[in-house]
Amino acid sequence: MEKFKKIVGIAAPFTRINVDTDLIIPAEHLKTISRQGLGKHLFSYVRFNEDGSENKKFILNQSQYKNSAILVTGKNFGCGSSREHAVWALKDFGIKCLLGSEFADIFYNNCFKNGVLPIILDTNKIEKIINIISSSETSELEIDLENQFIKTKENKTINFDILPYLKKNLLDGIDDISKTLEKKKLIDEYEANMKKKYPWLGKKNG
Amino acid sequence: MSENKSSKTLFDKIWDHHVIDNIDDSNSLLYIDLHLVHEVTSPQAFESLRLSKRNVRQPEKTFAVPDHNVPTINREKIEDELSKKQLEALEKNTKDFGISYFPITDIRQGIVHIIGPEQGLTQPGMTIVCGDSHTSTHGAFGALAFGIGTSEVEHVLATQTLMQKPAKNMRINLNGKMQNGITAKDLILGLIGKIGTSGGTGHVIEYAGDAIENLSMEGRMTICNMSIEAGARAGLIAPDQTTFDYIEGRNYAPKENWDEALKFWKNLPSDKGAKYENEKILEIDKLEPQVTWGTSPQDVCSIKGEVPNPNDEKDLNKKQSIINSLEYMGLTPGTKLEDIKLDQVFIGSCTNSRIEDLRAAAKIVKGKKVKIKAMVVPGSGLVRQEAEKEGLDKIFKEAGFEWRESGCSMCLAMNADKLKPGERCASTSNRNFEGRQGKGGRTHLVSPIMAAAAAISGHLTDVRQFI
Repeated sequence: MEKFKKIVGIAAPFTRINVDTDLIIPAEHLKTISRQGLGKHLFSYVRFNEDGSENKKFILNQSQYKNSAILVTGKNFGCGSSREHAVWALKDFGIKCLLGSEFADIFYNNCFKNGVLPIILDTNKIEKIINIISSSETSELEIDLENQFIKTKENKTINFDILPYLKKNLLDGIDDISKTLEKKKLIDEYEANMKKKYPWLGKKNG
Repeated sequence: MSENKSSKTLFDKIWDHHVIDNIDDSNSLLYIDLHLVHEVTSPQAFESLRLSKRNVRQPEKTFAVPDHNVPTINREKIEDELSKKQLEALEKNTKDFGISYFPITDIRQGIVHIIGPEQGLTQPGMTIVCGDSHTSTHGAFGALAFGIGTSEVEHVLATQTLMQKPAKNMRINLNGKMQNGITAKDLILGLIGKIGTSGGTGHVIEYAGDAIENLSMEGRMTICNMSIEAGARAGLIAPDQTTFDYIEGRNYAPKENWDEALKFWKNLPSDKGAKYENEKILEIDKLEPQVTWGTSPQDVCSIKGEVPNPNDEKDLNKKQSIINSLEYMGLTPGTKLEDIKLDQVFIGSCTNSRIEDLRAAAKIVKGKKVKIKAMVVPGSGLVRQEAEKEGLDKIFKEAGFEWRESGCSMCLAMNADKLKPGERCASTSNRNFEGRQGKGGRTHLVSPIMAAAAAISGHLTDVRQFI
């Protein structure tokens, strides 16, 4: 997995609450067997008009935010379907970091599996950031994961919290599976023990 | 979650049984007993597995079925090339890795969350995962069941485990008697209306109270199914005699070890005095049939209610959200919900496509005619077969319903079953998100009997006048 250490990029405010993963990537775009190329469908139902042209009102279509790498989100972003395609689409579009007061659980997990950093901040901090990035001169933010801060163009810093193991995974770009496979012996022992304790589990046709 | 805690919740017990290693306070390696797989969220996982030359650790604990993307008519030849490719990928992946697979030609094919319980795969005390958020359905059996992303699907395929952060315990007591015309769907919609779509975030919700105890397994599944719509990681209901009676004799249910399993299951319910981080009570005596008016499951009220006015909402974000919802839904504040005309009715989905749902809906439509396009999509081939045995298909067809083959269908509109822009549908599914049933489509979530009543009258209707 790609490492995440520090990024500098444009941050776009998308403050709508309860943005669900169907809105991030509608089901019709899930008929794929690849992780790639989903960025063109990101938010497709609200990003494009009926005729396929860009909806100028949509935040990521506004010239100031076209090349955003950071999305500042409303409460409960990523709710609904577990589709990891939502993170793949964001990442393919160029979004590497999300800020918000609350993320839905499965979406939050999915971000970390793809080198995308979701940062949880108090509502008032989010509001402050939205004010700052609303001006084109100051819409760029620096995100430093190692030192856990966000820096604005005017050199104000805002600290953030993150669970140590999630931070480490992103910094190292660790593949969870190889880490778990190192515990193969423990898994073997658990399974052997389980076979004795719960003999009815994992049997075909009873 | 500590071992020395004397009184444990049902969740604590299942968690403790499955911890292989506590990596730190916020991260444990959990064993997964059952992994359900479907065609949409698995191809990338299998592909990565191949690239890294890894194998499926426990093919016997992995079951696959196509459901999201399958047509519900003319299944002999799949026209959509992309859908076909995804179905072929699942078939190849299950064959290559030796995983049990129920293809669309198999009577056991159906929505993954319908067939797990139907086959007896879903059992109390298990950990169950699937690359699908409605995996919470299986919590109705007292199993810890939750949806995961594709990277986690790959992790489970390769290791039969998952890294997990412990959840917080929440108990919701649903007390009282369900009045005539009230179903499990109304209970869960009413509850989501109360706690909101992120009310359960970070928590596993255990549903308790006499209303839950009196529910059938099918009703309990409807409740747990929509836990995710309350933001919860999972829903749980303590296993009891209703649970055991449902499981006994099913294909994959314990047979020679039945008594042993039963003894274990009976010890699973939460201990007296077990602590919950959060507790809530919902009195259901006065609950009326529920219907959503907006684009989030929390946008819900009684069928006797009206479309809300955003000006009554003080919170600016919420107010804006209501304005957006009403604009999308094409609704005016103050409109009586019963006056809202419909274009379609959909009875189906992992929330409401089991045999009891179809029986209840058929009872309402019997001898009547639909005024709008309406379809029934049974949850599985076996549900369809049972319904046909009972003559329910005839009742639906004579009333003018389309009688389809099983799949997710218009719950998420991945196949050809979808709304056109601006079309309005009363649906027994679980999500009324923008575009969920097709771009520009407008969804009102209701119970199966409310959907049946709506099909007959052509507008949102209080089903109680038909009972």
